[in-house]
Amino acid sequence: MATADPLLRVDNLEVNFGAVRALKGVSLDVREGEVIALVGANGAGKSTTLRSISGLARAKSGTVTFAGTVINKRTAPQIVRLGIAHSPEGRRLFGGLSVAENLRLGACTRSDPDGVARDTEKMFVLFPILRERWKQLAGTLSGGEQQQLALARALMAAPRLLLLDEPSLGVAPLLVRHIFDALAELKRQGMTMLLVEQNIALALELADRAYVLRTGKVALSGIASELRVDDRVAQAYLGAAE
Amino acid sequence: MKADLRIPLAVAAALILAAVVAFGAPHVVGDYFVRILLLIALNSILVLSLSLSNGFTGVFSLGHVGFIGAGAYAAGILSLTVQQKKALLPHLPDLLNWFSLPFLPATLAAGLFAAILAVIVGYPLMRLSGYFVSVATMGFLIIVNVVLINASDFTRGARTFTGVPLATSLPWVLGWLAVTLLVLSRLVYSPFGRRMKAVRDDTIAASAVGISVLRARLVAFVIGAFFAGVGGSLYAHYLGSFSPNTFYFAMTMNLIAMLVLGGMGSLSGAIIGVICVSILSEVLRSVERGFTIGDITVPALFGASQIVLGFLFILIMIFRPKGIMGDRELTFGLSGRSANHNQKEGKDR
Repeated sequence: MATADPLLRVDNLEVNFGAVRALKGVSLDVREGEVIALVGANGAGKSTTLRSISGLARAKSGTVTFAGTVINKRTAPQIVRLGIAHSPEGRRLFGGLSVAENLRLGACTRSDPDGVARDTEKMFVLFPILRERWKQLAGTLSGGEQQQLALARALMAAPRLLLLDEPSLGVAPLLVRHIFDALAELKRQGMTMLLVEQNIALALELADRAYVLRTGKVALSGIASELRVDDRVAQAYLGAAE
Repeated sequence: MKADLRIPLAVAAALILAAVVAFGAPHVVGDYFVRILLLIALNSILVLSLSLSNGFTGVFSLGHVGFIGAGAYAAGILSLTVQQKKALLPHLPDLLNWFSLPFLPATLAAGLFAAILAVIVGYPLMRLSGYFVSVATMGFLIIVNVVLINASDFTRGARTFTGVPLATSLPWVLGWLAVTLLVLSRLVYSPFGRRMKAVRDDTIAASAVGISVLRARLVAFVIGAFFAGVGGSLYAHYLGSFSPNTFYFAMTMNLIAMLVLGGMGSLSGAIIGVICVSILSEVLRSVERGFTIGDITVPALFGASQIVLGFLFILIMIFRPKGIMGDRELTFGLSGRSANHNQKEGKDR
C-alpha cells in the first residue's frame, strides 16, 4: 500500500440526531483505489457515516477531508461536484422518471456530454438490463434492477470515490451475486469505494480493508481477509465483546 | 430527445386553434359561451401556474392565490386612470398616483411583482417539505389577505376595489394562455424540468446526485408566481371590481380541485381539469334551477350542483387518484409516452 495521503480521511466524526448520539468519534481513511467495507450491527452508525461524508447529514464535530479539502461544511451538491457519489440506502430512485432520466440525473453535475455518453455505454456493459429497461419508469423495476440502476446513477457522476449503502438490501440472492460481480469489476478498474453492507461475508470478500462499527464507534479495523476469520467481528455484532 | 420537439409542435397547433377560436368564437356563439371560454382560458393560466410548484416540483403550495391577489391589486392600481386614483385612492403615494399604465405593461408589472414576492417568500419557505410547506404557504396567503384588507391607502381595504378598465378579452386571455403553455412546456420538458421532477420524487436522492433542491423549488415557485400575477391582472381587468376575499380560500380550493382532477404532473391535464370542472359546474348550475322532461318535473334544488361536484371529486380520487391525465401529456398521438403506472415503488424505505 502506498503511504501517500489518503483520498478520504474521516477524523473523530460526531453526529447527533436530537438527543441520540449516532456517531461518537469515528475515524477512518480510504486510499485511492481501495475498497473499504464498513460493517456492524443495525444502528451502529454505518449509514450515518456515509451520509455525513456526502453531506446528507451534518456532523457536530470532527472533520472529513477529501483529496486535501475539508468538506464537512459543504452542501451535498458541492460534494458531488468534488467527486464523491453516494448511492443511498434503499436505492431512492426517481420512481416517476424513466431509467434513462435517472441516469441523466446522475450526471447532472457534469458538463461533458461526450463523457456522459461514453459512461452510459459503460453502464450498459456493467448492467445490461438497463438497456432493456431504458424507457421504463424506475418505480416499475424489480428490486435487483432498481439496485443496479441506483449504482449506475451514482457512477454516472464519474466519481473519484463511490459510497455504497447496502447494495444487497431487498435484492434476490441471485442478483446479489450479480451486483457484487459488477462491484468487483469496478474495483478491478480502479474505482475507490466505501461500502456499507449487512452481508458481512460478501463485504469482506470484496474489500481490501474493513472497519467494524459498534454503537457509533470503530470497534475494530484491519485487513479484510484477516477479519473474515476473526471471532471479534462476530462478537461486535452480537454485542458480547468490549 | 424527439419527444422534446413534439411538445412545442402540439403547443403550436393549440396556438393556431386558440387564434381561430379567439377571433371566430364571438361571431359564432353567444356572449354566454364566449364568457365561459374566457373563464376556462383564464383559469387554465392560473392552474398551469399552480402546477409548476404543486405538480411538477412536489411543493404543495396553498398560497398560490396570494400571488394572484397581489398581481390583481398591483395591476389594478397601475391601470386606474389618474382621475380615478384621485377619487378612489386619495392617499396613494405620489410615486404611483401620477400615471396610468395600459393593459399589457400593467399585466407584465403584476407578474414581476408577484415573482419578486415569490423570491422573498420562497427563499425561506422552499427549504420546507411535505405538509410543512403547505401550511407555511397558507400562512403567506393569510398574510396577503390581511395586508390587502389593511393597506387601505393602496387597496381601499375591505371595500370593493373598482374602476379597473374591462380590458380582458378572449384574444388577450388565449394569447397569454399560449405564452404560459409555451414557457411551461419548454421548462418542464427541459433538463431543468427533469431536476424539478427528481426533487418531487425524492429530495434526498436529488441532493445526493448533486441537485440543489432549494434552487429547483425556488425557480419553479417564482416562475409559477409570475404567471399567477399575470393571471391576477387578467382577472382584475375581467372583473373590473373585486375585494380581498375574491382571492382567498374559495379560489384556492377551486384551483387545487381543478389541478388534482386533471392530473398533477401534466400540463394538458391541468387544462383538462379546468375544462371539466368549468363545463360541469355550468351544466349543473342550469340543472339545479329545475327542469321538465315530458311529464317529469324536477324542482329547483339550489346547492345541488356543489354537492354533485363534491361527490364527483370523491369518486375520481377513489377510482383515478392521479387525476384524469396522471402525468401523461395529451399530444394528439404525436408522443406515446405512457407514464401512468407510476407507483413510487422506488421509495420503499
